[in-house]
Amino acid sequence: MTGNNQNTGRVVGVNGNMVSVQFEGNVSMNEICYVKVGNTSLKSEVIRIRGTVAQIQVYEMTNGIQCGDEVVFTGDMLTAELGPGLLGQIYDGLQNPLPLLAQQAGWFLERGIYTDALDAQKKWEFTPTAKPGDVVKAGEFVGTVPEGTFVHKIFVPFYLRGNYTVKSVAQKGGYTIHETIAVIADDRGNEIPLTMSFKWPVKRAVTCYRERLAPVETMETKVRLIDSFFPVAKGGTYCIPGPFGAGKTVLQHTTSKYADVDIVIIAACGERAGEVVETLTEFPELVDPKTGRSLMERTIIICNTSSMPVASREASVYTSVTLAEYYRQMGLHVLLLADSTSRWAQALREMSGRLEEIPGEEAFPAYLESYISAFYERAGYVRLPDGSKGSVTIGGTVSPAGGNFDEPVTQATLKVVGAFHGLSRERSDARKYPAIDPLISWSKYRGVIAPEKTAFLHNILLHGNDIGSMMKVVGEEGTSLPDYIVYLKEEMLDAVYLQQNSFDLTDANCSAGRQRYVIDKLIQVLGSEYALNDKDEARSFFNRMRQKFIDWNYTEFMSEAFRAGEAEIDRQYEDGDGTCGDEAKALCKGGE
Amino acid sequence: MNKVYNRIESITGNVITVRAKGIRNNELATVSTRFGKSLAEVNKIDGDLVSLQVFAGGKGVSTGDEVRFLGHEMQVSFSEDLLGRAFNGSGEPFDKGTALTENMKPIGGPSVNPTKRILANRMMRTNIPMIDMFNTLVVSQKLPIFSISGEPYNELLARIAMQAEADVIVLGGMGLKYDDYLYFKETLSKGGALSRTVMFIHTAADPTVECMKIPDMALAVAEQFALQDKDVLVLLTDMTNFADAMKEIAITQEQVPSNRGYPGDLYSQLAARYEKAVDFDNAGSVTILAVTTMPGDDVTHPVPDNTGYITEGQYYLKGGRIEPFGSLSRLKQNVNGKTRKDHRALMDAMIRLYSSYKDTVEKKNMGFVMNRWDEKLLKYGKLFEDKLMSLSVNLSLENALDLGWQILADCFEKDETGMKSELIEEFWPVK
Repeated sequence: MTGNNQNTGRVVGVNGNMVSVQFEGNVSMNEICYVKVGNTSLKSEVIRIRGTVAQIQVYEMTNGIQCGDEVVFTGDMLTAELGPGLLGQIYDGLQNPLPLLAQQAGWFLERGIYTDALDAQKKWEFTPTAKPGDVVKAGEFVGTVPEGTFVHKIFVPFYLRGNYTVKSVAQKGGYTIHETIAVIADDRGNEIPLTMSFKWPVKRAVTCYRERLAPVETMETKVRLIDSFFPVAKGGTYCIPGPFGAGKTVLQHTTSKYADVDIVIIAACGERAGEVVETLTEFPELVDPKTGRSLMERTIIICNTSSMPVASREASVYTSVTLAEYYRQMGLHVLLLADSTSRWAQALREMSGRLEEIPGEEAFPAYLESYISAFYERAGYVRLPDGSKGSVTIGGTVSPAGGNFDEPVTQATLKVVGAFHGLSRERSDARKYPAIDPLISWSKYRGVIAPEKTAFLHNILLHGNDIGSMMKVVGEEGTSLPDYIVYLKEEMLDAVYLQQNSFDLTDANCSAGRQRYVIDKLIQVLGSEYALNDKDEARSFFNRMRQKFIDWNYTEFMSEAFRAGEAEIDRQYEDGDGTCGDEAKALCKGGE
Repeated sequence: MNKVYNRIESITGNVITVRAKGIRNNELATVSTRFGKSLAEVNKIDGDLVSLQVFAGGKGVSTGDEVRFLGHEMQVSFSEDLLGRAFNGSGEPFDKGTALTENMKPIGGPSVNPTKRILANRMMRTNIPMIDMFNTLVVSQKLPIFSISGEPYNELLARIAMQAEADVIVLGGMGLKYDDYLYFKETLSKGGALSRTVMFIHTAADPTVECMKIPDMALAVAEQFALQDKDVLVLLTDMTNFADAMKEIAITQEQVPSNRGYPGDLYSQLAARYEKAVDFDNAGSVTILAVTTMPGDDVTHPVPDNTGYITEGQYYLKGGRIEPFGSLSRLKQNVNGKTRKDHRALMDAMIRLYSSYKDTVEKKNMGFVMNRWDEKLLKYGKLFEDKLMSLSVNLSLENALDLGWQILADCFEKDETGMKSELIEEFWPVK
């Protein structure tokens, strides 16, 4: 960030959203500049420099630009403004609040209109925590303000290097984000006034923490299939690839409602505007079960839908991860949901094509993999300077062309993430929700269920599935009764545990405690032998058992109805003369 | 003030380059060739070398032809006078009418601020049971009609144009056969819908560049009508031709192709068009139905595949019918709970039974003996296909629901339908 303020250049070429600029003086890579067209200035970013010509990607439509148009370089990289008031906002990829843009420009997103990311008028109740004489570093805080239910820490800006001495701190009281709330001085005595907000370049990771820790704590999503079988850890990463219509967005939408984290950041990157509208309409009405406040108060939406300019689509994922890191620095657990990373990769591909770079596989640029890994590496569980812990968890959807997971974006993503939730067309066509295919998905994290137990159930899934595919060839008649029972058990496990009704409030929100409880019952039921004489009997027995479990899923955990439901299952179990197998017995006893 | 140049530097395909100064990106020009004038649009500037795509194509353009820059971008005239008329991709009359030049509006404008959209929750009636009853079309929805070539997709569009509950219909034809244009014109004028229709037509014989302009022209006009509180239905046929035109231009300009020759920005380009579907807060709406032919019936082909990621479901046209299994309107649950209380239950029950019918047909073809239940299903399937699935049926939703009950009653006993007894008691037809 060298300060070459008011450095200017002239347009010498236009190709799509890429503009070539002849400049004098110094220009830095990824520097932000503005192209002047008529009365508007269009925000752009330097993406290549050759001699005295810089190539810039314009974050807006480029019609009307002509050779000779002035370009003003700012000397800064693309930054996000960090400070109190981010929660509950709806931003575009460049952190302009969309409702404010609507006030200024009406129905359409007219180009060249930029607004402040944070409300400069609002007063925040500041409580100082540092006192004159304290020695502070970047990432440590000098005071706090309340933001909704959170304690929002006011930091020494992340970009300051070395130690600083606090000279003065403002008294407790109401201040706007641009008022000075503290003055600090470096070792030479140069004084720096601090305000409640500062800017940070979005493409650089925030590293003001003491150490990075291994992600071991499970992040509950309340989706049984995920928490029990393919869990995600706080500070971990996961991806959801799937063909269109398989329910990627719906799954992320439910996760954003029920996930056990403090803050959720939704990056709607190159997807449908209608889905954002749904979130916007629904979230303010929903209540966060943890705080009892509106869900919107813990959510930030960064929305760059498919018809908005591609270059800012690329910026939007970085803006969102920067906001996530900022709240992590306060000792909070943040979940970033990026939908969809393929659209971001496509934005990279479009620019790469215009730069006439040598294309890699499917014309994606050769640096695709390193960009994807660098993005996911910004997730993490960290110990902060004050000893508290915070995390950023990243979940990205991938939209592979033709639903084929062999394409570059899916493959590059699979290399770096800790969990893979692959959605299958087959399961979504059968209206199974979530459509995560248990046979291809995996996770490296530890879940809420003991691994031996999930291994036992996973085994039933695999075995039952093999029998199922064999039955398609030899028919029901050619299958032995014991095999047929394994097949029925697999079907039942799928129907009562893997599938979940996202419309039912109780079923959609299945806590870890409940999952542990239900799984023990399932192991008992599925790990037992029954006195069943033929296939008809077996089928009707398991159908009834299945119905009992499904009804049980709809009852509130540990309520009277829940107890009654369990008793029903036990009765059904006795009807079938169930005798628990040794393996299941050992699992249920030892795994408590 | 127009800048005029007489020296064309290069001509490749439909793209010419001229040395010129002070030219704006996306500015329009006219090229005067010995065959007449054509519009051209700037799509790349490199120093003083300006590339233009010539709407009428590069054929016959001479290096000495005159290029006159117009100083403005592509525009379309907007007024009530558009109704009942047909234009080409340059905005010139396609019918015998007069040219319209008043109230010019830019095309391909910026996208709508998501906070100014409202949640799609109004049904758009088409009086086609397979749509209204089974996959309800919702105002502001964008849906493709996936189809193989040879299917009657244009007949379906014409029927929707006549029957749909929209204030204005905008029809965009890309790569149409001339016969198809005549068919649309005749059908709409016979059906009395021509007076609320605007057509933008590109036939297969017309230059490729004009094909690419059709959706933008159609959607710009639709947007203007919507801002005047009108509910507009945009019908596009066929978006695969649009994508192919884009591919052709991209390859001519030596862009690196990404997938089967299509340019890397295929998704963004399609999305920019489809996302024009909107229900404005405090104004009208734009709903889009777009035919997308699938080369080789392959849904993983780049065009239908990218389309599927953008749109809110799809209609699947197969064997002259809207296939109930492949088709999906993702927004239908926003509206079908508010129509009539038996709507959802009847829809589910009829589809479930139809699926059993399909299994039975398979069994029958394999030579198995048909039992009584199979016979009932066979009867049901035939009635269902003839009375509800046929594209020539014109029935309001309520009549279609009643007919659905009638078909069930003709084939089954009450308890064979698997529906809630309460609904059956209320709606089961008395014989």
